[in-house]
Amino acid sequence: MIPEIGHFLLWIALGVSLLLATVPLIGAGRQRTEWMAYARPSVFALFGLVSVAFLCLVASFVRHDFSVLYVASNSNSALPVEYRIAGVWGGHEGSLLLWVEMLCLWMVAVAMFSKHLPQQVLARILAVMGMISVGFLLFMLITSNPFDRLFPVPVDGRDLNPLLQDPGMVTHPPMLYMGYVGFSVAFAFAIAALIGGNLDATWARWTRPWTTVAWLFLTIGIALGSSWAYYELGWGGWWFWDPVENASLMPWLLGTALIHSLAVTEKRNSFKSWTVLLAILAFSFSLLGTFLVRSGVLSSVHAFATDPRRGLFILGFLTVVIGSSFALYAWRAPTVGLGARFALISKETALLANNVLFLVAAAAVLLGTLYPLFLDALGMGKISVGPPYFDAIFLPLMVPVVFLMGVGPVAKWKQAALPDITVRLRWAALAAVLAAMLAGIAAGELHLGATCGLVMAFWIVASIAEDLWTRVGSKSSSVNDVVSRARQLPRAWVGMMVAHAGVAAFCFGVAMVRNYEVEKDVQMAVGDSTSLKGYTFIFKGTRELQGPNYSALQGVVDVSDGSTTQVMHPEKRIYRVQQNPMTEAAIDAGVTRDLYVSLGEQLDSGAWIIRIYVKPFINWIWFGCMLMAAGGLIAATDRRYRRAGKNERSGMEAT
Amino acid sequence: MSKIRFLLPLVLLACLVWFLGAGLKLDPKEVPSPLIGRPAPDFQLTQLDNAQTVVSRADMVGQVWILNVWASWCAACREEHPVLLRFAARTPVVIMGLDYKDERAAGQRWLRNFGNPYRASLFDEDGRVGIDWGVYGVPETFVIDKEGIVRFKHIGPLTDEVIQTRLEPLIRSLNG
Amino acid sequence: MAKWILMLCLAWWGSSGTWAKEAIPAAENPALEAQMMQIAKELRCLVCQNQTIAESHAALAIDLRQQVREQLLAGKTSDQIYTYMTARYGDFVLYRPPLKSSTYLLWLGPIVLMVLGLMALLLVLHRRSKLPDNAFDADDADISSST
Repeated sequence: MIPEIGHFLLWIALGVSLLLATVPLIGAGRQRTEWMAYARPSVFALFGLVSVAFLCLVASFVRHDFSVLYVASNSNSALPVEYRIAGVWGGHEGSLLLWVEMLCLWMVAVAMFSKHLPQQVLARILAVMGMISVGFLLFMLITSNPFDRLFPVPVDGRDLNPLLQDPGMVTHPPMLYMGYVGFSVAFAFAIAALIGGNLDATWARWTRPWTTVAWLFLTIGIALGSSWAYYELGWGGWWFWDPVENASLMPWLLGTALIHSLAVTEKRNSFKSWTVLLAILAFSFSLLGTFLVRSGVLSSVHAFATDPRRGLFILGFLTVVIGSSFALYAWRAPTVGLGARFALISKETALLANNVLFLVAAAAVLLGTLYPLFLDALGMGKISVGPPYFDAIFLPLMVPVVFLMGVGPVAKWKQAALPDITVRLRWAALAAVLAAMLAGIAAGELHLGATCGLVMAFWIVASIAEDLWTRVGSKSSSVNDVVSRARQLPRAWVGMMVAHAGVAAFCFGVAMVRNYEVEKDVQMAVGDSTSLKGYTFIFKGTRELQGPNYSALQGVVDVSDGSTTQVMHPEKRIYRVQQNPMTEAAIDAGVTRDLYVSLGEQLDSGAWIIRIYVKPFINWIWFGCMLMAAGGLIAATDRRYRRAGKNERSGMEAT
Repeated sequence: MSKIRFLLPLVLLACLVWFLGAGLKLDPKEVPSPLIGRPAPDFQLTQLDNAQTVVSRADMVGQVWILNVWASWCAACREEHPVLLRFAARTPVVIMGLDYKDERAAGQRWLRNFGNPYRASLFDEDGRVGIDWGVYGVPETFVIDKEGIVRFKHIGPLTDEVIQTRLEPLIRSLNG
Repeated sequence: MAKWILMLCLAWWGSSGTWAKEAIPAAENPALEAQMMQIAKELRCLVCQNQTIAESHAALAIDLRQQVREQLLAGKTSDQIYTYMTARYGDFVLYRPPLKSSTYLLWLGPIVLMVLGLMALLLVLHRRSKLPDNAFDADDADISSST
């Protein structure tokens, strides 16, 4: 009964979303207040319907209802309850329902936190989001119904893929989807502005916090995915340039460009049509990602089970959404004004150069990801484009970005003087190079690649320090003065600095791990020891243990750095249902390094092949991402978004 | 004039959608063979049923022949086998098997149990010859012409449809 | 008494771990192994197609790693080994796409795009600087605050 209720509710939700997509939109065009007023209640109704349907699917999983095909394919009677819940989004159909649920969450948030928006604008925004939900609900109901039944009912389910039976599965997809779907808000704001013709700084100020929050969720989602791959996959990598990973990176790059572009539009009312295009592009790449992951056109370890019919539907949906957005853009954008004037050397130019570079980076990733498809479709053979290509292309593109990250915050709006900037930053540049070389020497040896990465990291930090000094330190005469000035720093600025510091931490972590990581593959019999970088590893043997739905052989390895000893437990598991062997590495995480031990094969002699890594500063990679997200959160809660709302309700009249 | 640049996104989108649509009909996992149009790799292998007899590439020159890669541990080969038996019964073309990374006894037993469509099977115990032929999944089937040039490769189990629409017309044209 | 002393000695030896030894490298020839892995990291496993031959546990990957070891021992260079692989499996097996006429766009595209993009930006900004003031909005009074 429960699956049928869920299915039925989704059909009703489709009806509500169709109303939402049309009535308020027409009402906005004809200035019919009653019709526009349908938007908010429709959103709340839609949220209620989809949420209950979602809960029906969760209930089917928790109750082991194997008569539901999707549950039988992704669950098992021995599966622990947290993975039964996470299993709801473990496959294609359920993850679509998660997508729609996230969309509803964002719609409710927009409906609730939009008292400052004119009714006409809000009506259009919610209608556009309604159109997107129509597409996804239709897709689900026609090709990917999670509530399909299975007869005869199997005795037990096929189990969730063991690789997904991990806390990462509980957090990574929801965060990622919050990000992907969140860009639909910026998209809807952009479309509403193009339709209504009121594209200005106020529009940018409304859009900015929504975009920043979506961006920070996407940042967290990608970071969680990367760290999960690191500790789960047994060979210590954290980014593989896999097509599905790229599908999440491209919207992130465009989202970053969008945040910076919105700053220009908000502050200077400039480059509005460009910002609108970026807003459309960011969400378009989210949709493109959905297509790439679910259509089977690219081979990926993350790809869902594929079906050309589904691929065709998404492609059609994508074409309609993006095509009509671009058409609307082509029609309306030429009439948008130029905004305020600014000079060639200015903060605006730096931000726009940032935009160009991020757009090129996203285009480069797209080119590499789709190139095999291009050649194959043209009958020109089959190639592979993998990490060697992407590493060679992407890192050089990021160098000018990082350079600008130091220059941009220090440049003035409207007109900046190059000599001023140079004077302010020359010590920063020198400090960066020196610090990078010192860090390299401390790590063991100087490497060109490492030094470049480290210079990038320290350059950002030095520039932040310089800016902070100028704003707070140099003007102050006492410690109290410093504190009070620091307190008055606008949150938007603080957020920017924290986020940029996150980028610096990220660059630092990457530079150190890629260049100074060490590895040792050894054969160890019980009692054997080996040492690496000052750590001594002693293999104490293995023991068997039984997990809830797996059997494992657990190795016991003592690690000592001379003073303290830890025990590490690498495992080899066999999940009973799907019978696949899995290697679980043992990781001793630390601020300055990770120790990574994994079990290889057992030799005839009884000894084990054991792989040991010492990875310096690897956690700074994800710490950096979290800092970026924290910076975004700080910036999004800037006073002026909250304060301005109150002013606007009285003053604003939309066209 | 400058309005045209606003149409650029639409143009790029159209190209992208065309490619993605074309991609829906392709299989990204299938690896085409670089051997097509080139001489078949040389080999010297014993026959599965007779470890004394050695067959090499030179022995096969002068006739059109088919090489079918199989193994006793391969589930998909079971699927393909009845199709192959039917084909072998009606065609005069020589079908040679390549028993890939198998045990001699297991391979012989498999043929006894499920039938033997092959003129003879070559025994590639360590898979080296398989690597030379670019074998990456079992079963795979090659068509080689009279001069010893590889003309066709099919990856995966043969079906009646593939045999009738691709294999047999090709063999007819190669035989002249 | 003697038995007692013997047991004490054995216990002392056992606890100091003198029977345990320094672990030997997993590979017979660690330097060769490291070289082989460098090459294997650039090759795509055709069975588990989203792993390199270095990481994959598939039988074919194990065989191909062994092939690479033997070829390195025979003195072949990495280029010769890549040619060996592509002769059998095609360009698909290389994770670093070869530079040929069909991949010029791939390899040169990003840098060309970056140059074109920055040039376009400069061009647009230059054209704007030539426009009269009335083409633009009036300035906000306060532009000195940062973001």
